[in-house]
Amino acid sequence: MRLALAAVLAALALGLPLWIAAVGSVSSEAALFEGVTLWPREPTLAHYRALFAERAFWEPLRHSLVVAASTTVLCLLLGSACAWSFARLRFRGKAFWLGALLAVGMFPQISLVAPLYLGLRALGWIDSYPALVLPYLTFAMPLAVWLLAGFFRELPVELEEAAWIDGAGRLRAFREVVLPLAAPALVATAIVTFLFCWNEFLFALSFTLERQTVPVAVALFRGQYRVPWGEILAASLVATLPVMALVLAVQRRMVRGLTAGAVKG
Amino acid sequence: MSPGARSEGRLAALLGLPVALCVLAVAVLPMLWTVWESLHRHDLRLPWLGRPRVGLANYAEALAEARFWDALAHTLFFVLASVGLEMVLGLLLALLLHRAFRGRAALRTLALLPWAIPTVVAALVWRFLFEGAPAPGGVPWLADATLAWVPVVLADVWKTTPFVALLLLAGLQSMDEALLEAARVDGATAWRSFLHVTLPLLRPALLVALVFRTLDAFRVFDLVVVLTGGGPGTATEPLALYTFGALLQELRFGYGAALSVIAFGVGFALALAYVRLVGRR
Amino acid sequence: MAELRLEGLAKEHPGGVVALRELDLQVRDGELVVLVGPSGCGKTTALRLVAGLEAPSRGRVRIDGRDVTDLPPRERDVAMVFQSYALYPHKSVRENLGFGLRMRGTPRPEIARRVEEVARTLGLAALLERRPAQLSGGQRQRVALGRAIVREPKAFLLDEPLSNLDARLRAEMRAELARLHRRLGATMLYVTHDQEEALTLGDRVVVLRDGAVQQAGPPLELYERPANVFVAGFLGAPAMNLLPGASGLALDLPSTRPPEPVIGVRPGDVALVAPGTGHADARVEVVEVLGHATLVHLRLAGSGAALRALVTGAGSLAPAIGETAGVRLATERLHFFDPRDGRRLELSGPTGG
Repeated sequence: MRLALAAVLAALALGLPLWIAAVGSVSSEAALFEGVTLWPREPTLAHYRALFAERAFWEPLRHSLVVAASTTVLCLLLGSACAWSFARLRFRGKAFWLGALLAVGMFPQISLVAPLYLGLRALGWIDSYPALVLPYLTFAMPLAVWLLAGFFRELPVELEEAAWIDGAGRLRAFREVVLPLAAPALVATAIVTFLFCWNEFLFALSFTLERQTVPVAVALFRGQYRVPWGEILAASLVATLPVMALVLAVQRRMVRGLTAGAVKG
Repeated sequence: MSPGARSEGRLAALLGLPVALCVLAVAVLPMLWTVWESLHRHDLRLPWLGRPRVGLANYAEALAEARFWDALAHTLFFVLASVGLEMVLGLLLALLLHRAFRGRAALRTLALLPWAIPTVVAALVWRFLFEGAPAPGGVPWLADATLAWVPVVLADVWKTTPFVALLLLAGLQSMDEALLEAARVDGATAWRSFLHVTLPLLRPALLVALVFRTLDAFRVFDLVVVLTGGGPGTATEPLALYTFGALLQELRFGYGAALSVIAFGVGFALALAYVRLVGRR
Repeated sequence: MAELRLEGLAKEHPGGVVALRELDLQVRDGELVVLVGPSGCGKTTALRLVAGLEAPSRGRVRIDGRDVTDLPPRERDVAMVFQSYALYPHKSVRENLGFGLRMRGTPRPEIARRVEEVARTLGLAALLERRPAQLSGGQRQRVALGRAIVREPKAFLLDEPLSNLDARLRAEMRAELARLHRRLGATMLYVTHDQEEALTLGDRVVVLRDGAVQQAGPPLELYERPANVFVAGFLGAPAMNLLPGASGLALDLPSTRPPEPVIGVRPGDVALVAPGTGHADARVEVVEVLGHATLVHLRLAGSGAALRALVTGAGSLAPAIGETAGVRLATERLHFFDPRDGRRLELSGPTGG
């Protein structure tokens, strides 16, 4: 009984804010003004229509998608190669390099905003996709390498050795044996990377003007007289939907992949 | 070293090269530039001043600036309050998710949502809850220098407690149930076996969660920007926001660089602690 | 098939741990040589050096005269059966079997033909579409073997291939391996820690310990004339009794240099007789009934040395625990070893009593 009560409380605490926001996004402006409700009083899709018709919300969605997707692909390509060498190869200073890479993931991004801004400006890259992809790649890489290396280490090395003896080169064995077996870890890593890119704010705010990503666009919504809460909530929901879909699709793997490296080392 | 080892070293260098180049270009070199810049006066609004070398003047200015100390204090307060709450609530949620009950899988999925959504969205949702409609309790939360912290910390706790819980849950699940059963056979109460068996075994996971969250909370930016804008006034302004303002609004790059270096120094010390803690396992 | 030659092959790991010191070995075309020894003796290292999975610190590996020491595994044309089988879990049995051929660019119809053929030989024809996870231990073992056979490599390297099977299946597969070896005429280097496997399978057996060869030769030769105490104690089950000196046995030892030799006698060469009529009297401590025979653990009356006797045949003396019995050793089958270095001593003209 106490268990059930705790579970219900936890579910409410976790879910209620999002539910209220969702209700708000389909409530009329007038209803919103009167107060927070648990059920839409004058249900309307006006905010969503306004979002796409007047604010061209497609644009930031597209930019976010391009940036997040290309970063994710690059991150998996480069990250899995790097993670494999951490997991399998013997070389000097391995612990140091892995530690250094992890430390980069913990860097305060604010310390890099100014030099990156100046550098990107000098290259004429402000407001371009690489302006976001490069920093995102760098900051997503440590976690990706950590997760993948943890997984690769758990794959029996004999499988690769068997492939070498069967006549595969290292690269071929990696492609034919390691990658297919690492699919769950690759999926989890892809999602973590995608989420990081989809959610990032500081760099996106600093390095874009027109090509705003979703978080920047939503944060900068302004109304003429007052805060346009209906549209903000609608945009929030739209920004959340892809994330929600991803999480629901693979949530079981997600939990495992996320915590694999962290606890088992 | 054997020839095999040498060729493995070469292959590792080759495979790691792209990552190393990224890190070099995006993190290491910019950071060095920031250190160099912090020793100069460089004000983009006053371009005719050029970029004279001023030694540690920027640091001296920061240390003499009350707003800097306020920002640092805000950041540390935020870290303490939110990470403290997250650890306690995260542990409770993890213990709950570790028990078997109907709907556990659904609750776990639900817990993933706050963690997965953009921080900006989380901040907007909580701002709406506190300000969008008539304020709860009739209190103007966001207009009060002290009360404004409530939605800020709550939003962060709501968004990141699930992450802590999932980390700890993995720790709980890798734990040997036989130990708890042994404790029960030995006559320990649930509370005592939690205190003397579960908690010590959970220590590594707790440490990882703690340091991970501390470092992340130290960088807090988007949450505050969207929820309070650092206000009212500068009452909730964290270090990252103060630095951001000096850099990209006031365009005082030298001074902003000094602030960046200070933020980096604190962050680096925390990161070192993190690597050492993780590396020791 | 081909001849395999290891010349002074040695492996030291960084940090000075010696895994294998100076192994010289020739595996003739079509021969099955077994490397046997306790875990950590270097036998698996030797196999991995031949396969090219590790680089030797010194020495060369030749296959059919060609020096392959510096070639990667895939250019050596050897096949390996791993202890864990190392079947590709995401590929079907058919794909597992055909992988090596595909990597070598064999045409598809040819792959299909050879896979089918090997599957028929090993009784895997009905399982071709299954994944390894859907197979029993014995079936996995067969797939691992098949994956090696299908390639028709120059030599087979087998790393404890039977150690993951239960006792009954192991005996079955052992016989099947022997048959396969004979039929294929394959050159095989076989690693095991199981002395019984070594004795039953090997054309020749090499006993390794701490990275060094103790003795090499045909199984019977090793069994009957072990070169030192280690080989004597390692080969044969139940293990040979090794007595420090006469141990109170009324044996007429040939005169030797001052230290008394270590006396080795296999439990089967110890007979139980009426008290007072053998070489010594002993107290019965444990009796293990093995079915076809009974193993009796004894303690010699005078010296307190332990001795085991294997009593075979129905109606043989089956003493009870605590009783005293006489022991008689088959004196013409005693082994003698130098107590200082454990080496075999050829002492002629023993003993009566």
